[in-house]
Amino acid sequence: MMRILSSTALALSLATAAAAQEGPIKVGILHSLSGTMAISETTLKDVMLMLIEEQNKKGGLLGRQLEAVVVDPASDWPLFAEKARELIEVNDVDAVFGCWTSVSRKSVLPVFEELNSILFYPVQYEGEESQRNVFYTGAAPNQQAIPAVDYLMENEGVERWVLAGTDYVYPRTTNKILEAYLQAQGVAPEDIMINYTPFGHSDWQTIVSDIKAFGSAGKKTAVVSTINGDANVPFYKELGNQGVSAEDIPVVAFSVGEEELAGIDTAPLVGHLAAWNYFMSVDTDVNADFIDAWHAFIGDAARVTNDPMEAHYIGFNMWVKAVEAAGTTDPDAVIDAMIGVAVPNLTGGYSAMGANHHITKPVLVGEIQDDGQFEVVWETSGLVLGDAWSDYLPESAPLIANWRAPMSCGNFNTETGQCGGVGQ
Amino acid sequence: MRSALALLASLFLLMAAAPILAQTAETGGATLEALAARLPDGDFNDRAGIVSRIAATSDPRAAALLDALLEGELERLNADGRIVRVTGPRRQEVAFDALTGEEIGPLGRGASERIRVNNAVRRAIRSAVGVLTLGSPDPAVRISAAQAAFSGPDPEQIEPLSAALAAETDPAIAKLIAEARAASILADGAAAPADKVAALDTLTARGDRAALSLAIAAQNDPAPEVAAAAGDTRDAIERVLAFWDAARNVWFGISLGSVLMLAAIGLAITFGVMGVINMAHGELVMLGAYTTFAVQQAIVASAPWLSEWTLAFALPLAFLVSGSVGVAIERGVCRFLYGRPLETLLATWGVSLILQQLVRSIFGATNRAVSNPDWMSGAFQIGQMQVTWNRFWIVLFALAVFAALTLLLKRTPMGLQMRAVTQNRRMADAMGVRTGWVDAMTFGLGAGVAGVAGVALSQIDNVSPDLGQSYIVDSFMVVVFGGVGNLWGALAGAFTLGVANKFLEPFAGAVMAKILVLVFIILFIQKRPRGLFALKGRAVEQ
Repeated sequence: MMRILSSTALALSLATAAAAQEGPIKVGILHSLSGTMAISETTLKDVMLMLIEEQNKKGGLLGRQLEAVVVDPASDWPLFAEKARELIEVNDVDAVFGCWTSVSRKSVLPVFEELNSILFYPVQYEGEESQRNVFYTGAAPNQQAIPAVDYLMENEGVERWVLAGTDYVYPRTTNKILEAYLQAQGVAPEDIMINYTPFGHSDWQTIVSDIKAFGSAGKKTAVVSTINGDANVPFYKELGNQGVSAEDIPVVAFSVGEEELAGIDTAPLVGHLAAWNYFMSVDTDVNADFIDAWHAFIGDAARVTNDPMEAHYIGFNMWVKAVEAAGTTDPDAVIDAMIGVAVPNLTGGYSAMGANHHITKPVLVGEIQDDGQFEVVWETSGLVLGDAWSDYLPESAPLIANWRAPMSCGNFNTETGQCGGVGQ
Repeated sequence: MRSALALLASLFLLMAAAPILAQTAETGGATLEALAARLPDGDFNDRAGIVSRIAATSDPRAAALLDALLEGELERLNADGRIVRVTGPRRQEVAFDALTGEEIGPLGRGASERIRVNNAVRRAIRSAVGVLTLGSPDPAVRISAAQAAFSGPDPEQIEPLSAALAAETDPAIAKLIAEARAASILADGAAAPADKVAALDTLTARGDRAALSLAIAAQNDPAPEVAAAAGDTRDAIERVLAFWDAARNVWFGISLGSVLMLAAIGLAITFGVMGVINMAHGELVMLGAYTTFAVQQAIVASAPWLSEWTLAFALPLAFLVSGSVGVAIERGVCRFLYGRPLETLLATWGVSLILQQLVRSIFGATNRAVSNPDWMSGAFQIGQMQVTWNRFWIVLFALAVFAALTLLLKRTPMGLQMRAVTQNRRMADAMGVRTGWVDAMTFGLGAGVAGVAGVALSQIDNVSPDLGQSYIVDSFMVVVFGGVGNLWGALAGAFTLGVANKFLEPFAGAVMAKILVLVFIILFIQKRPRGLFALKGRAVEQ
């Protein structure tokens, strides 16, 4: 039975390849719908379906309709690579929107390179990467971590830092960059405490009281949190219960958005911070329209919007614009057309795709409110372009990425003048 | 005596004069109106500066104005720059003049701009309002005022604090005010060294981390005698805190142990007593947590006045839900696989995946919020150690569950039959015990206890479909370490592992502590394969 099915599928896909020009344009969605990451990624699948539906209402793309192909990589990293291959080879998609964790992105990179397709990656990440087939619409560390630390230094007079994170690549790299940055700003090494916890850590008693002890050295202390996913709820509960208020020791988080706060009573957390490029509370007409459309699509007015959703909104519109400019969905033409494309973001400005495949965004710092939303207390005066290679790490400081011809290189070493510096 | 009285009298005179002096000095003659109009200007640091100047006007309307600012209700009208207080539900806000209280009416979209506050401004407001409310007739307000003044030390506060200290009749509040005054004296560059040394003595008596923090800062004081006294204070406080840190680690260990025991004790019955490897045990815990969520939703929808008692209703329901799922697993799957541990493991693993996805389909993949009742929020103080209420109740609850289970197994006919069947099935069968029924009930009991554990875990962890997965490994670890077939083993195992983990964590970090505990268990099992409390006798050989 299986064999008959698969051979039919093969025959069908051959047939569609022949008739590709007449059929719909296919868009792959590679987000986990089961397993541990389903909590974050299911929403992104829904927002992609919404964007595709809206585009079809506007008449599709190049006169053809768009068709979403949804697969479920089930939070299983090797499965991400298999499903990516399936999307490109079997389903013949022209672009893929997907991945959340860095390890899932790393596992699909070789597939996109080999099959020459396009991936839009919507989540804030540790940087130190620029790949020809990938467009990074989430924040690089210089678009999130460093401005947030600047804000705390300037506006709260913070002198002592706790860098707390979950033990995997994103927090470790981000904290390495932050540590180098803080020391460059004159913070003494003994004023920096770095702490890692396992995934899904739920007993925060010791760490919260360690933070309190570290914070009682006579200097203003703040926590920079790269704690991921589910571990945040017990962390914030413990902070509230042990009476650590934001006025004493503020916590600025890079992985906590509206969606994560939906599982917590935020009354004890008012004043703790998060740094993102978008908040649901941003007061612009384009954001109000987006939220209304989202509520209508999902059929639940209580659902929140968050930063990675905006990243997909920007990424999808950029892809549409690039395809229109190129007049084709051919990956090479679209990749070339992407650079320099500018589309409206939800915070009232325009985001543009840089030559390093990262985008320009405003950086916002928000304080948690008692209704689970963020109030923007600070934002950068202009847009910040994502920096693929951090300037604060000695090994990546000389590297730049530029995918424009004639350089066309993701890791050009300005010291040796050669493409192919060290990557992570 | 007489000179002391004279001193006191002159102090009083000074205090009476102080607010007036402070007013003219601080505000430079600016009125509350002028200062309020300047609130929207500049950045947060400017705003914090204006807040303390508003407080210094001693205008009776200042407290209400600052309170509105703290609540984020102050806005500036774009039309005429007037400062208004905006209240009411979203999109139906009504504006009032912030100072006169005159009603201005509803505001259109974009007609006004909110005056934003951040942590720095909030801190400034709290300490300013604190000083303004030190004379309140309500003791609770005075306590929070003194605490606010302590956490925001400011030389400007010394005068009003001294005045309040002299007027205070309650010794407990007087102590708080004296501590706040000491903190402010230390923050004052112009204070006499003798005053600062006296302030440090006050802090030594307080003896907590906040006092330590002030003492460390005072070690940099230019006056050598102050720096020396600050060093002494620091040493004294650190000595006391070292003792409390050890006590704290023990408590954290007990608390972690109680969570481990709750998660593992159901498994100690199904795995320990019956010998069934139930990989779906974590999911039974998860079902208990979701039952709590469902009960909470039902109560919020139909009988909100019962919401403090959600947990009381959830406990029996969670026991029934998880228990009946457990019976279904035993009757539907495990019954056919007795004596084949590998197949049982795989089959129950499959069941666990099915249960997870089922919950994900019904309740959605995102976390569900189970609120803590008031009596499980916050913390209380024992000496210099803070004990959070939710952990405290969970420790008591875990011990109660353990006691109830032990009684059930040792003192009831059902327990007797359970023990009989697990020790010698054929003999029990021959004596007329319905062994199949007892198997189902035992498994159901273990599963039901897992559900009860889920109710407790919903108070400290995420209620998500993955809840169970994070506990299954720890549960097996506890049961194997404690000794299979023994409830006391689970108790001792859980608390040993909890305390060991918490003593390792400060030195080794959370990740390393977990690894070290695992290595320790592996070594321990090599030495004593049957765990801490090994069963002896013929039952073991089966």
